[in-house]
Amino acid sequence: MSPIITATLSVGIIGLIIGVLLVLLGRKFAVEVNEYQAAVRDCLPGNNCGGCGYAGCDALAAAIANGEAPANACPVGGAPVAEKISHIMGVEISETEKTVAFVKCSGDCDHAVNRANYVGLSDCQAAVNAGLSPKGCADGCLGLGSCVSACPFDAIHVVNGVAHVNRSLCKSCAKCVAACPKHLIEIVPDSAQYAVKCANTDRGPVVKKVCSAGCLACKVCEKQCENDAIHVENNVAHIDYSKCTKCGKCAEKCKPQVISKRF
Amino acid sequence: MNIKTFKGGIHPEECKEMSLGTPVERYLPQGDLIFPLNQHIGKPARPVVAVGDKVLAGQLIAEADGFISANIVSSCSGTVKAIEPRNTAAGPRVQCIVIENDGEYTLAEGVGQEKSPQELSNNEIIAAVKNAGVVGMGGAGFPTNVKLMPKDAEAIDYIIANGCECEPYITCDDRLMQEENRAIIEGMKLLLRLFPNAKGVIAIEDNKPEAIKAMEAMCIGESQLYVQPVMTKYPQGGERNLISVVTGRDIKAGQLPAEVGTIVCNVASLYAIYQAACKNTPLMERFFTVTGDAVKNPRTLIVKLGTQTQELLDACGGVKEGCTIRKALFGGPMMGTPLTGLDVPVCKNNNALTLLAVDPVEEAEKQMTACIRCGRCANVCPVHLVPQMLADAAERGDYKKWEALYGMDCFQCGTCTWVCPAKRPLMQMFKQTKAVVMAMKRAQAAK
Repeated sequence: MSPIITATLSVGIIGLIIGVLLVLLGRKFAVEVNEYQAAVRDCLPGNNCGGCGYAGCDALAAAIANGEAPANACPVGGAPVAEKISHIMGVEISETEKTVAFVKCSGDCDHAVNRANYVGLSDCQAAVNAGLSPKGCADGCLGLGSCVSACPFDAIHVVNGVAHVNRSLCKSCAKCVAACPKHLIEIVPDSAQYAVKCANTDRGPVVKKVCSAGCLACKVCEKQCENDAIHVENNVAHIDYSKCTKCGKCAEKCKPQVISKRF
Repeated sequence: MNIKTFKGGIHPEECKEMSLGTPVERYLPQGDLIFPLNQHIGKPARPVVAVGDKVLAGQLIAEADGFISANIVSSCSGTVKAIEPRNTAAGPRVQCIVIENDGEYTLAEGVGQEKSPQELSNNEIIAAVKNAGVVGMGGAGFPTNVKLMPKDAEAIDYIIANGCECEPYITCDDRLMQEENRAIIEGMKLLLRLFPNAKGVIAIEDNKPEAIKAMEAMCIGESQLYVQPVMTKYPQGGERNLISVVTGRDIKAGQLPAEVGTIVCNVASLYAIYQAACKNTPLMERFFTVTGDAVKNPRTLIVKLGTQTQELLDACGGVKEGCTIRKALFGGPMMGTPLTGLDVPVCKNNNALTLLAVDPVEEAEKQMTACIRCGRCANVCPVHLVPQMLADAAERGDYKKWEALYGMDCFQCGTCTWVCPAKRPLMQMFKQTKAVVMAMKRAQAAK
């Protein structure tokens, strides 16, 4: 026999044996996957962002399949994904409203007074650790972009010294909420038209000194609201979105335009 | 002179001569005095006065709230104006007691009453230190009375008075050792009574010959006490380095000085211990250097705690003509705390206000490049870490690797950053990573 035939045959036979072995072993040691889990996993976006609170999309799929998590637990996929999953799992889901992250500060370079010039690591947490708050406002956005690096969807950017969320890209995974050392970012309904763009808890005169776009806690908005949806707590206004009818009367009367229409 | 030192370290420009020329004077503040409740390591103190109360100098205004915490004493007489959040060196919105100064400095009853050291029992010494609110005055602010109660007092065989003052610019400990040498030695003798098996060593860098002479004059005829000149090198005054230099013992990762039979106290703390025990004077003032190339007349002052830094700058002639302050620091340029404004008060653990006309960090940032793996940082690290690898772990957020490389042993002396030819912000990276790891550990412990 020519060496070529010997080689072809031996490689072919070894391949065949290994193939059979692999099939047998594969059957013997097969990990049982809940069929629901696999189907649910296929519907999930696969970013592994962790916004749902689970370790990743696989973990969430397992939790949904085991009934530990609701069908609409993925904040990134939103309504379309929730619908597909509910179809697979055979459950009804209540209508979910799209939510987005929102930065409660409008003290950009034109409005806020700087106490000092910060030089160093471009990381808000690092600045806070050094005891530094370069802005005059103790609560304001530092603009060093810890949220920007935390966002897996490129939905948040620092513009003119303050972080801004791109509503169409935001998947509401809340990673930025955890990354902000000033606790300035909150998750709000996407349908919300008006929001309070300040989080300073100092009294009005103190705020006025450090920022021209700060909430003075004058309570005018509170008086304007016909639906009891807005309240000044701890020297800063808060909107209860479940009661807000988006009439815009609060924004009309807000002098420093802390409450304004969202773009 | 037998001069010792440790492996590693750097020789930054000392810049100490600028504040050495003028005599030390006491500065009496005009404005309000501000006392942050957290000017020590541990739990913030609890206020024991209310707004509107009249207080006297030396009166307790906030008491230690827990084992690791410290009393705070008013350094002036006047009225409590407010108890509210203020800007401090530790950050904005720190709860502070603000006292409207009446300018009289009337002492509270019994303050300044002399006691002979022989009359005091060991417990009385510790109680006096606790009541006076003495904390580590070199920078850390650890409550001194806790330091003086190690598990095994018999095992302590070295008490080291840290008079190295290795930070550039600062000269307050130098001046303190020259002017209050007797009190420092008396303070040391009080500690030697608490730890009968110990030797007292006063470690001073050899760039302070006057201080060495003054302290040596006080040690003549003392069998338990001697002055140890050490090499002028940064960070010679780091606790671990100083222990290994003086005793020849190495402290392992995670060990405390008491575990190798030593207690290290700053000379200013020893002075405060003496004042507390023998003069019944709580911690109200300290030697404080106002220096830097942006200050007109840099000098060392005796400063009332709580004085606002702007007043101190004015007392030193204000900003030098033609200069602007680009960097304000509490402490020296190596380990100092950056300030965002001069409305912050002087706390117990602040030894200097350094105002620079050029911000070295700003200059370095312009020239920053990637790490070239030259290894200079590893050569100079006084705790023998490899900053280059630590920085890599820190940048990638690999906290397991960080801990495996003993990143938590870094005490942020900044020598690596000083030598780095690529001008990388290593120290801030390490400070940040340490804080993140510590927060993770706390969260785990809470679970």
